[in-house]
Amino acid sequence: MSEIRNLINITDLTVEEIDQLISVANDIVENHSAYENICAHKKLATLFFEPSTRTRLSFEAAMLELGGSVLGFSEATSSSAAKGESVSDTIRTVGCYADIIAMRHPKEGAPVVAAQRTTVPIINGGDGGHFHPTQTLTDLLTISRKKGRLSNMTIGLCGDLKFGRTVHSLIEAMLRYENISFVLISPHELQVPDYVKEKMDAAGAKWKEVETLEEAMPELDILYMTRVQRERFFNEEDYIRLKDSYILDLEKLRPAKADLTIMHPLPRVNEIAVEVDDDPRACYFFQALCGKHIRMALILFLLGIKKDA
Amino acid sequence: MNIDGVKNGIVLDHIKAGKSMMVYELLGLDKIDNCVAVIQNATSSKYGKKDIIKIDENIDLDYDVLGYIDSNITVNIVKEGKLERKLHLELPSLLKNVIKCKNPRCITSVEQEIVHTFKLVDKEKKVYRCVYCDAEHKLK
Repeated sequence: MSEIRNLINITDLTVEEIDQLISVANDIVENHSAYENICAHKKLATLFFEPSTRTRLSFEAAMLELGGSVLGFSEATSSSAAKGESVSDTIRTVGCYADIIAMRHPKEGAPVVAAQRTTVPIINGGDGGHFHPTQTLTDLLTISRKKGRLSNMTIGLCGDLKFGRTVHSLIEAMLRYENISFVLISPHELQVPDYVKEKMDAAGAKWKEVETLEEAMPELDILYMTRVQRERFFNEEDYIRLKDSYILDLEKLRPAKADLTIMHPLPRVNEIAVEVDDDPRACYFFQALCGKHIRMALILFLLGIKKDA
Repeated sequence: MNIDGVKNGIVLDHIKAGKSMMVYELLGLDKIDNCVAVIQNATSSKYGKKDIIKIDENIDLDYDVLGYIDSNITVNIVKEGKLERKLHLELPSLLKNVIKCKNPRCITSVEQEIVHTFKLVDKEKKVYRCVYCDAEHKLK
């Protein structure tokens, strides 16, 4: 029997495996009917101990489109976690009912514990401020589809770069590709943590920090916007002071390249003005669609199911 | 002060002065029936002062814990009154339930039965990381 694979961190996958997932995700779009029943009689459990819209629904839509079924809960209060059941016990139980588990938990490392307690594959759908690898896969598929490559580009990351797990994961993933430069756009208080800077240095990547969107805009191939999350602040005053600092609108986009790709993991609050949505460079809803396709590819990969098998 | 020599047993030498009780507790020596002597602030030509622990039997010890506490500790295995072998300790690659993760956001902070596990990520700088949340723990 082959070894059970899990996805806890994006680095659990090799670059070749990511390429393979992107290729399957693209094939799913081109040959949709070939995948319609490929997961018949397979069950995905979505265990969301913390609320989510896109991640949970895209996992469920992914499994349903593959012909499988879904079960689970969308918040801890509707599970036995509300009675004090441990993650270990919940996973041991659900592992008896499902073929694969996607989970989100507010505590960091919960999916590692889950993977130790069951023999069905575990997908980390976000563990606190730690990892969110399927968002990173979504981002990589979006970039690959929009640019036709994952190398040779300048990526601007804007907003909350200190607590934004999607930013840290994306940087870590992109460091494995050739000739990537990063422009880190954030207020001083929300700069990328030192350990991420150390990783960029260790990989020999070019990076710089700037404080305004305007000074970064002309050189960017990708602009990755993030939300300044209220829940990451200890202090309401700091949140109110900083939340509007980095709002993207059509005026700020004026010096940008014609083929810029604007991304956002969503949900947005007001960091991208609604007027930008109709600009052809805005890709964040396309990104949400990519999220479903890459999760379909991931489910197939972790279940060891191939189209022609 | 005179303490009898060990005939068959283990002598943990060159323990940093003041650390012997920590070693004693982490090795669980308070739970064994054998005769154990803890000597504090003995004279050391190398360090000035040192602690020594003598155990009057060749019992199984968790050398990973010892390596973590201080890899300069020397372990002397004594048989029939003679030094049979000397062990050199290394920083263990994995620490299980030796240190606790201090990250309040870590799953280990709420689920008590989880084994606190740290892996060595930088031998030179003596840096460990929690296998669950990646929180750093630097050895002083």
